[in-house]
Amino acid sequence: MDAAQALADLTEISSQIESAVLFDEQGAVLGATLADGSAAQALARGAAELLAEAAAFRSSDAAVTQLEASTHEGSVFVVRDGSRRIAATTGPSPTVGLVFYDLKSALRGTEESAPATPKPRPRKKKEPVDEA
Amino acid sequence: MRRKFLGLLGFGSGVFAGSVLYRRSNGRRRDRVDVYFDDGSMVSFVEGSPEAEKLLRVARDVLGPAAL
Repeated sequence: MDAAQALADLTEISSQIESAVLFDEQGAVLGATLADGSAAQALARGAAELLAEAAAFRSSDAAVTQLEASTHEGSVFVVRDGSRRIAATTGPSPTVGLVFYDLKSALRGTEESAPATPKPRPRKKKEPVDEA
Repeated sequence: MRRKFLGLLGFGSGVFAGSVLYRRSNGRRRDRVDVYFDDGSMVSFVEGSPEAEKLLRVARDVLGPAAL
């Protein structure tokens, strides 16, 4: 499943999610539900900043896997899995567990389809030479 | 006269109870940030703490353009 399909499925199954963006560890947007590219970039940048700031508050080596910032205007969710991240915004008082579950499912869906390193082609067997 | 008084008293009590419930449900909810780590731990930063203010500022910036 590619990023666009995963995000389309995500917004279809979760009515609480208003916007979502899929991005990598460098902050490059891989897909977004937002039509405006700069808004998608801003969401990815803000989500990456949230992950970095939250990690800085922890003294141990534990890495941030997910977070939810809840405000009166709405919530921001960020989920990290490997090199990929997904961020989403919702209205106020979302069903937190459900949103996290849907975001993880979408992220897993895109990672399964991530292009793997190509396998080396098997060598052709030599035809036995009939010397007779 | 007595029925009218009791009716007004009941109405007033209802309005008072409703306003208390409304204020409780809206007033108790505070902005916060819940952070989950890969070791299974979770930290919640509540509005008012320096950590929460830093993270909530970013979250509010994100919510602005995303809502457009």
